[in-house]
Amino acid sequence: MNSIWTRFRLPIIAAIVALAATASTLFVTPETQQAVIIRTGEPQDIVNMYNPEDPYGLTGAGIWWRIPFVDRVQMVERRVLDLDMDNEQVLTSDQQRLRVNAYARYRIIQPVTMIERAGDESRLNVQLARILRSALRQELGRRTFASLLTAERGNAMSRIRETLDTQSREYGAQIIDVRIKAADLPEGTPLQAAFTRMISERQEQAETIRAQGRKNAQIIRAEADAQAASTYAAAYGKDPDFYDFYRAMESYRQTFINGEGDSTMVLDADNEYFNQFNGR
Amino acid sequence: MRIFDGFKQQIGLAMAGKKNPWGKPNENGDGDGSDSSGESSSDDKPDGPGKDGPRNPWLPGGGGSDDGKRRSASIEDIFKNRGPEGPRRAGGGGGPTLRMPERPGGGSWLPVLLVGAAAVWVIFSSVHFIQPGEQATVTRFGGKYVDSFSQGTNWSLPYPIDIVEIENVEAARIEEVPSKLILTGDQNLVDLSYSVRWNINDLSLFQFQLADPIETVREAAETAMRASVAEKTLDTVISGEGRADIQGNVQTRMQGILDAYGAGISVLGVEVDKTDPPESVVEAFNDVLAAQQDAERELNGARRYSQRLLARAEGDAEQFNQIYGEYRLAPQVTRRRMYYETMEAVLSRTDKTIIDADGVTPYLPLREVERRSAEPAAPATGGQ
Repeated sequence: MNSIWTRFRLPIIAAIVALAATASTLFVTPETQQAVIIRTGEPQDIVNMYNPEDPYGLTGAGIWWRIPFVDRVQMVERRVLDLDMDNEQVLTSDQQRLRVNAYARYRIIQPVTMIERAGDESRLNVQLARILRSALRQELGRRTFASLLTAERGNAMSRIRETLDTQSREYGAQIIDVRIKAADLPEGTPLQAAFTRMISERQEQAETIRAQGRKNAQIIRAEADAQAASTYAAAYGKDPDFYDFYRAMESYRQTFINGEGDSTMVLDADNEYFNQFNGR
Repeated sequence: MRIFDGFKQQIGLAMAGKKNPWGKPNENGDGDGSDSSGESSSDDKPDGPGKDGPRNPWLPGGGGSDDGKRRSASIEDIFKNRGPEGPRRAGGGGGPTLRMPERPGGGSWLPVLLVGAAAVWVIFSSVHFIQPGEQATVTRFGGKYVDSFSQGTNWSLPYPIDIVEIENVEAARIEEVPSKLILTGDQNLVDLSYSVRWNINDLSLFQFQLADPIETVREAAETAMRASVAEKTLDTVISGEGRADIQGNVQTRMQGILDAYGAGISVLGVEVDKTDPPESVVEAFNDVLAAQQDAERELNGARRYSQRLLARAEGDAEQFNQIYGEYRLAPQVTRRRMYYETMEAVLSRTDKTIIDADGVTPYLPLREVERRSAEPAAPATGGQ
């Protein structure tokens, strides 16, 4: 043990020094980052700068060097980043208040510009969020509520994307996509009004169904009445005179026998019923 | 890099070895300093090894009873122990008190151990068994992407050089989206929950392209779902006839969005779990169902009526026809027979007053009539 130290003292010390020098000179840029080498405050070089044509493996990521203590390396995201905007109140052109959730996806394509204008990713995000918000208000303010619900959204999206992209290029960022996740009625009165309208629509529907039911029932009854009348007419029409007699007889039975209450009859002896009784 | 590591290890081991004979290896940290350079230790280092208070190394025999953990320091000890480091003993001689066990040949075991450990390290960190459904990406020093592994046995350079990240790419990951109010095309709201199944189709894109792929899946799903629901009316969404359409649309839209980002994700399917009207209007929706039942009930009543009526009509007609058939055979007789029978039945049940004689003023016993009509009423009220 001691002999190792004794024998290799110089190489060991040299190795330690070399190691320290290497560690402070070399750095690793992952595939997900772009490294900006800043020499005494001035951006000198960019390692692994985004270029859509480079496939992974040929991008420039990996080991690179700097001058210790002179060069500072600032890592900048190379991946696609999120920009979220939640629950923003927007007024449409038909004065409808809307609660909009939107998001954008962007990528830093000019890391040096980004560092100069914004500083770092989180500050860039704040700046872009502000721009997105105003672009969104401006664009949606020109549209009606109904048009935001449907396919026309796509058109609004691409215009917002263009506006946002133009402005974010100044920060070295490129907007890949802007989407409205949700355009909703805000809580409170507008939402409640929508519920009330839905309820009244359903009430109308229910009433229509009931009325239709009643109408159809009436028709069925009327048809039955008509058919019964025709059945009666077909039978009784054969001899109206006999029908009159027959029906009268039935009616008498019905009235005096099945009917309620006692009946008292005052009959004239000349009544036809007493013909034989009177010996005629 | 590896060479440096090797040296570091050697140095580390050399230091550890020196401490070994003193006792517990876990006191390595300070033991080295205090033991081998006793003059400076103790007094100004109360929390030195032993931890039993400050100790004056100059007092002879002060710590003599210590079982080898610490000896009292004499001048001789100081020089002896400093030996290897001190310039005076540079030529060796005297010999250190600590020794590694020696190989039969007389050499040290140390290189053998080092080589062995290094070999184990290299082997274990160079071979990777990628399970079915998994893939891995290889980056050099965590930087440059160099290779992808698919299932089976794969070789890379040992650990710090090649960093291998294994990820399951085949298994479906499920993103549940809790129920939310979503606007439909007819400006109604529907309470809808759904889930998205997805997996990774390109691991390097998945790892390097998006800052937050899972959040992106979620947002793409929400965007696509709301856009798809906005194309449908509330009734088609709720009734389920539009459900398959929506699921297909969402999947296509999501895939489009994710592909545009180069996310390396494929959407396997979208399942709509629940489509309900919002809670506060459920009652009105139920009333529509009730109305359908009411209408049906109404129709049933009408049908019942018509059946009864028609049957009655046919019965009556048939009855008449039968009698009429008989009547035609003997009109006079039948007619009279029916007349008498009816009269008989009728008059037998009624009170009769027959008035004959032209000169008699008809007298109606109205008093009697009143009494009779009052009679049935009295028991009726009494009975109740």
